[in-house]
Amino acid sequence: MSGQGDLLHVVTSDDISATRRRAGRALIWGSAGLLAVIALLQTLDQTGMVEIGFANWRPTLYAYMTWAVCLCWGQVLIRGEQGKRVLFVLPAVLFVVSLVVFPLLFGLGIAFSNWNLSSPDGRQFNGLDNLRQMWADPFYWNALKNMVWYTLAIAVEYTIAFGMALLLNSQIRARKFFRVAFLMPLMLSPVAVSWMIGKSMLEPRFGPIARLARWLGWDNPAFFSTPEMARFTIMVMDAWTFIPFMMIMLLAGLQALPKEVTEAARVDGASGWRGFWEVTFPLMLPVSVTAILIRIIFKLKLADIIINVTAGGPGGATDSVTSFIFREYRDRSNVGYGTLLAMVYLVIIVIFMTVLMKLAERWTRPRT
Amino acid sequence: MSEQIFHDSAHDSPPRLKWWMGRAAIYGALILWAVICLFPIYWTATTSFKMAPDVMKGNMIPWVDFTPKWLGWKSLGLSPDTIWTESTVRAEFLKRFMNSAITALASSTLAVVLGSLAAYGLSRFSYRFGVMRNSDISFFFLSQLILPPVVLALPFLVLYKELALLDTRIGLILLYTLTVLPIVIWIMRDAFAGIPTELEEAALVDGLSIWGAFLTIILPLALPGMVAAFILSLVLTWNEYFFAALLTSTNANTLPVMVASQTGSQGISWWSMAALSFAAILPLIVVGVALERYIIKGMAAGAVK
Repeated sequence: MSGQGDLLHVVTSDDISATRRRAGRALIWGSAGLLAVIALLQTLDQTGMVEIGFANWRPTLYAYMTWAVCLCWGQVLIRGEQGKRVLFVLPAVLFVVSLVVFPLLFGLGIAFSNWNLSSPDGRQFNGLDNLRQMWADPFYWNALKNMVWYTLAIAVEYTIAFGMALLLNSQIRARKFFRVAFLMPLMLSPVAVSWMIGKSMLEPRFGPIARLARWLGWDNPAFFSTPEMARFTIMVMDAWTFIPFMMIMLLAGLQALPKEVTEAARVDGASGWRGFWEVTFPLMLPVSVTAILIRIIFKLKLADIIINVTAGGPGGATDSVTSFIFREYRDRSNVGYGTLLAMVYLVIIVIFMTVLMKLAERWTRPRT
Repeated sequence: MSEQIFHDSAHDSPPRLKWWMGRAAIYGALILWAVICLFPIYWTATTSFKMAPDVMKGNMIPWVDFTPKWLGWKSLGLSPDTIWTESTVRAEFLKRFMNSAITALASSTLAVVLGSLAAYGLSRFSYRFGVMRNSDISFFFLSQLILPPVVLALPFLVLYKELALLDTRIGLILLYTLTVLPIVIWIMRDAFAGIPTELEEAALVDGLSIWGAFLTIILPLALPGMVAAFILSLVLTWNEYFFAALLTSTNANTLPVMVASQTGSQGISWWSMAALSFAAILPLIVVGVALERYIIKGMAAGAVK
């Protein structure tokens, strides 16, 4: 590990004695060995070959944590000053790897097995059966199709958010009040929102929004009866929570725009609408793309509102993939199939986001 | 000087009427959107003081339309006449509230500590873990943002069952930390990039170690960024429902799980649901009003390079 390219140049005269280096190695490998032994013992105990009587896998967890600490400590012992630098990043890396990579690999194993948590049979490997079941599952495809609709709704959200950001950026009084008011929906928990709006304000008989709709001439307001209407209502509620998020990002972008450019444009006669389309909007493109990308990422996780308001109904019309898998587990405790669906979803998302980010990079590159 | 010689042409003089109409349109739009944003909160707050007929008639304004009653809060055990008496509902509520508070605070703290360290390291030194270089490690962290929670949920359910971490706060804290870590790293990378390296160089010349320089010189400067990251994580973890619904049952339920479970069971006992919902969102409303500056700063960090 050379110090090349460091922003911070540190010259240290580390002379690490051979004993210290050996002690560091011993520490790391010793704790790794301990972890291996305990894991092996537990596996044997689990399979019934040795009778030790572990209640759960906690001992292995503790051994793993000991190993992680020893690994960090060992770095300092072996590499001195360089090791202390590694110590900045290593804890976070270890944390993420142990909490993401390991469960993901484990999940891959589950995905190809028939495992119903409520049945006593336990886990059975069933190869590609889950995949075949998924292929024939109309509800999963329906949920994926819904996700496309939900994602497309971001275009409208973006327009509103941009409009609000422009308004907030103009010369207005009480700007702080409006900023706080506009931020509020983002602070509310989606579960509370689904009761506040989905269950009470949209209540067809005496919810205030239903009343308003009746006053506006809609005789029999029902927000969740037809599939299209229900999907639309969910979109609106989700938009309500997340428009502030895009708005704030766009507002930050607007405030960072160089004043000279907009002023020069105004002097040149580009005012109002034209000035916006030909100066502000192109300059805001990078920020817009970032905001939309992050919004898409959050949208793909959409579940809380759906689970609590419609539970996917009517007839799966509002299901997102996440809420569908959630019910798949809740109703049938089918861990194997649910995990496979999630894994497939992950693959789709990764492909989709990679393509999207490549495209975004191309679009935002300044034209020459 | 009495006679004005040069007159602005009609084109140059400020178009009074048009200007006023523009103002009116701007404020109209702003106020309309503010009402859209705030009305649900107002509705929930007032409904918690209503009685059944008030809800049916759609009365909106307290003391004008209806007389506020403590009905909703009484059912939570939080009204003035029940606050000093025993109440199982209140005990339940407070337990959930504490669970939410502890998990949210602990996971945000953990995420800010881990994330700040990692972001600092990545912004100052070049690493090489196998084939991974700095940009790869950064991407590795940020890519966790894309990972939908549902992918991790079921494997974690099984793992936690084996590890006896199901329905414990620690289990939730670990997962929540994981979900907000990428956001923290994103914000903190930005915050550290804005601090000149000359500061540490001077500190190192003066004999501090790297960690000494980081802790005594850089950390205080990066504090606003850390607060922003902390508040944002707090909002996300306080409101988290999906993992909490799957991984907790009786002990470690958080407030959103309690709110969600009440929706089904109590039918249309609107006042108590309103009181419960309002109590659940109140802490974050306070945080939002008081610390709005930091939240906006945190969210803006990623947007503007």
